[in-house]
Amino acid sequence: MTDSPRTSSANMPQTGSTTVQSATTKKKLGPVLVQLQHVNKWYGDLHVLKDVNLTVRKGEVVVMLGPSGSGKSTTCRTINRLERIDSGTILIDGKKLPQEGKALQKLRQSVGMVFQSYNLFAHLTILDNVTLAPRHVLHMPKDQAQKEALELLHRVGVDGQAQKYPAQLSGGQQQRVAIARALAMHPQVMLFDEPTSALDPEMVGEVLNVMTDLAHQGMTMICVTHEMGFARHVADRIVFMADGRVLESESPEEFFEHPKTERAREFQSKILGH
Amino acid sequence: MRSIGYLLTHYDVLGAFGVNLQLTAWSVLFSLVLGIILVLLRICPVRSLRLFATGFVNLFQNLPLTIVMVFLLLGAFVQLRFQFSSNFSTNFFWFAVTGLSLYTSAFVCESIRSGINTVPLGQAEAARSLGLGFFQSATLVILPQAVRGSVAPLGNTLIALLKNSTVASAAAVSTETSSLMNTMIQYNASSIVSVFLIFALGYVILIIPIGLLTTWLSNKLAVRR
Repeated sequence: MTDSPRTSSANMPQTGSTTVQSATTKKKLGPVLVQLQHVNKWYGDLHVLKDVNLTVRKGEVVVMLGPSGSGKSTTCRTINRLERIDSGTILIDGKKLPQEGKALQKLRQSVGMVFQSYNLFAHLTILDNVTLAPRHVLHMPKDQAQKEALELLHRVGVDGQAQKYPAQLSGGQQQRVAIARALAMHPQVMLFDEPTSALDPEMVGEVLNVMTDLAHQGMTMICVTHEMGFARHVADRIVFMADGRVLESESPEEFFEHPKTERAREFQSKILGH
Repeated sequence: MRSIGYLLTHYDVLGAFGVNLQLTAWSVLFSLVLGIILVLLRICPVRSLRLFATGFVNLFQNLPLTIVMVFLLLGAFVQLRFQFSSNFSTNFFWFAVTGLSLYTSAFVCESIRSGINTVPLGQAEAARSLGLGFFQSATLVILPQAVRGSVAPLGNTLIALLKNSTVASAAAVSTETSSLMNTMIQYNASSIVSVFLIFALGYVILIIPIGLLTTWLSNKLAVRR
């Protein structure tokens, strides 16, 4: 039951209490790693993040769910400051997120990011995509960077494509390379901004498998996704957002079996109803 | 009426084209370097540097080249007594290169900037999220793709530069093609059509390969997405 959470809860969806038990004992969580306190953001008059509070502990896998435009992607992007915030505080490993300059670069090294549209560097080979940042940011020697890159590419199952260019790979392969590229910087936390939304349905699984492996290896992850299976079985906690607010922050079992808010029930009925 | 053969043997036409090619070659080098610096300034996060580069580009894009040349001579040489060399023709050659480079760098900058617009925003976001700074993102990720995307406009700029090199006569470079053409017309007024044909054909022969080369290069170097 412990090694295969996927089948166990699929077989017994009604026994909510036992699965809650297993989820809480599944993993020992470390100290607080990412903390958002009273974060607000406006696009002009549009209030897109409304007093968002979020605490992520080391080793925790947080999945953010919610309807489009609910602010979940924006929240994810504020964590490495691809989006600036108008008020509030973001702490990473206890340190305040710097506004810009060298300190921000330093911090971004410890926060890996995977995008919906992969964003692999189109003019570089797969291998160079993965080694670029270690070589130029961490000043790692070329040999070592390539050795580590090939290990990472092997881990995500695309080591055979190292000399190809991104456009020669399928979407699923590109996204797995993007994960390897982010991992090459040895980040403390990984952000996934709808990593499977742009993929052909057949390729979603291979990316989710890599993410699941990563979760089981203890990586701290914040994932914005619409993959309910992944949310239910891999997440330690579901954060449900709507209209720029965090409405629920619960274990997956609690969230899916006993949603507290009307908005979350409505969301679930729409996506799980068919 | 003189034959084309007579004109070609009695005047150093090849030498004159050589001068234009030399002017162009040096100006390509300097305007590319300056153009890339300008484009870096135009996209950099520091507002004052952006403003400076925008001002520079707009100034040189909108000034006629002849005026740039004459201003350089009158201002830098006559007024400020600045000179590259005590040798007259060497001195004016480098003034012409300076004028051409300043002028062309503005167009190089705008060509590359048009290439930057072909690079998706996600490329810069990915670079930043990996911890690369502005300069590293620009030189390792954005510019390599932007330059590949701007080969065609850069080729057009190069063609314009080669033709513009005839304006070097305004900077008192007397050995280049348009000066030689004037001299030849002066002494062979009856053969004016032949003289025109020689220079027109000369430029066509030089420029058509550039056009073919840039078309080929822009396909070959295009970034596949």
